[in-house]
Amino acid sequence: MVATGALAGVGAAAVAWPFINNLNPAADTLALSTVEVNVQPIQVGQAVTVKWRGKPVFIRHRTPEEIKEAEAVPMSALPDPESDNKRVTDSAKKVRPEWLIMIGVCTHLGCVPLGNKPGDPKGEYGGWFCPCHGSSYDTSGRIRKGPAPKNLEVPEYLFSTDSLVRIG
Amino acid sequence: MASSHGTPPVFNNKVIAWIDHRLPIFSYIEKEYHTFPTPRNFNYFWNFGAIATVMLVLMIATGVVLATNYTPHVLMAFDSVERIDRDVPQGWLIRDLHMNGASFFFIAVYVHIFRGMYYGSYKAPRELLWILGVVIFLLMMATAFMGYVLPWGQMSFWGATVITNLFSAIPVVGESIVTWLWGGFAVDNPTLNRFFALHYLLPFIIVAVVALHVVALHVHGSNNPTGIDPKGPQDTVPFHPYYTMKDGFGVVVFLIVFAGFAFFAPDYMGHPDNYIPADPLVTPAHIVPEWYFLPFYAILRAIPDKLGGVLAMFGAIAVLFILPWLDTSRVRSSTFRPIYKWFMLVLVVDVVVLGFCGANPPEGFWVPLSQVATLYYFFHFLILLPVLGKIERPLPLPPSIADSVLKKKAV
Repeated sequence: MVATGALAGVGAAAVAWPFINNLNPAADTLALSTVEVNVQPIQVGQAVTVKWRGKPVFIRHRTPEEIKEAEAVPMSALPDPESDNKRVTDSAKKVRPEWLIMIGVCTHLGCVPLGNKPGDPKGEYGGWFCPCHGSSYDTSGRIRKGPAPKNLEVPEYLFSTDSLVRIG
Repeated sequence: MASSHGTPPVFNNKVIAWIDHRLPIFSYIEKEYHTFPTPRNFNYFWNFGAIATVMLVLMIATGVVLATNYTPHVLMAFDSVERIDRDVPQGWLIRDLHMNGASFFFIAVYVHIFRGMYYGSYKAPRELLWILGVVIFLLMMATAFMGYVLPWGQMSFWGATVITNLFSAIPVVGESIVTWLWGGFAVDNPTLNRFFALHYLLPFIIVAVVALHVVALHVHGSNNPTGIDPKGPQDTVPFHPYYTMKDGFGVVVFLIVFAGFAFFAPDYMGHPDNYIPADPLVTPAHIVPEWYFLPFYAILRAIPDKLGGVLAMFGAIAVLFILPWLDTSRVRSSTFRPIYKWFMLVLVVDVVVLGFCGANPPEGFWVPLSQVATLYYFFHFLILLPVLGKIERPLPLPPSIADSVLKKKAV
């Protein structure tokens, strides 16, 4: 009886698996996984938004003041401690403090924070401000205030030349 | 064909008698909707179950017709809805009835829930009846949310993004759940496809749970404004014609108001941003859900912590499941609970205040106000209800329903 029941359980799980796995992203969805961007035209202090995997990616050419500000923040002031240096390192381990590349999706509930366009509010910490539930990010995209639990996510990216970056 | 309760009906029509002998649907209807003994003292609050049922049927009928012209694809969904509004014969009418029908379905259900809470309809032996009702409410919320995504406007897209992201707050499995909901890296075409499939499916599951709700209701019969059980035939009237007529009248009045909105102010309860096609790169300045979700949205935002906010929001509904055991008073109806009666009305005000908090941006005094209102909501259920039942001295109950009705007449 027990063996029969156990076997039936295994059978039920084996039948359930294709139905659950069916909910996962399809192969063609997964295939859209990299994008290349020429960052040459982006002036100091400017930022652009590109689309990657259906989400916005922020590329900000930071000013020296913004870099200095981001580096000066003590770890103890951060809800999700992470050094600025680490957030501007590409997958070849090269640090480029002038280029901050992040997924522009608030880690609270997925809105796109404001701060990439010239007229946008940048929040109390000079980075980004999410209008949905009031999260503020600093010039390194780290969460400083509001309900978001984590820093804006840095995707995997690689500068193939000084002006060409591949995201994903 | 008429019969008194208790004896099986005799059908004069031979076809009906032949069918009923093999499949007793006519006996069932006779017993449950004709002779069914129903308390004689219902007020108009008791209309809203029937009204909600009518709205459910209307939503399914209009929804099936809309589905014949709708295209669940990110590039075509918005235009197909516009086409229904502009080009499809009578499409505007069917869509306006469906759109406003959702709001009026929720109005009916909220009044129905209030009725159940005010008159203690959830108390023994009707706990499962109440719990099935909360299940229906949850299913309605899921259905309404997914339906709102289908026109693929800005609010559709960003509402879907915010609500699906709620699940990412769950530790360990949260991210997987969100990926399963999306079928990709963000809300996109696979999401729209599966939401359409589920939006079409869930109403029929609601029908099934409503059937269970009605079966459970007919075991012990309806509660009534006095909250005391009928003690004999002098306390009840047959369901038909008394309450078929009264429900019919209530349904007609309700539908007049509903038609007023559907014809003359179809977009009054909607949000103008949903007439902008969805743009995954631009978040509207102020995301708001449909009005019927606002109190819960306010609770979500009141807690300055992602997981905490999500737990509080789901907790606000979960607490309803255990309501029959939180209320320790043995008196059902608030009519005879001099203190609780007022607190019940304070709770209504509290929920309305939460609704306004949810509709306004999370800044200034709305933040502390929503926090106080959220605190009060949980205080009501978790502290006030258990304690008040023990210390409150209820008014004397009337000896019977007939007594309470006849005494009122004499005064």
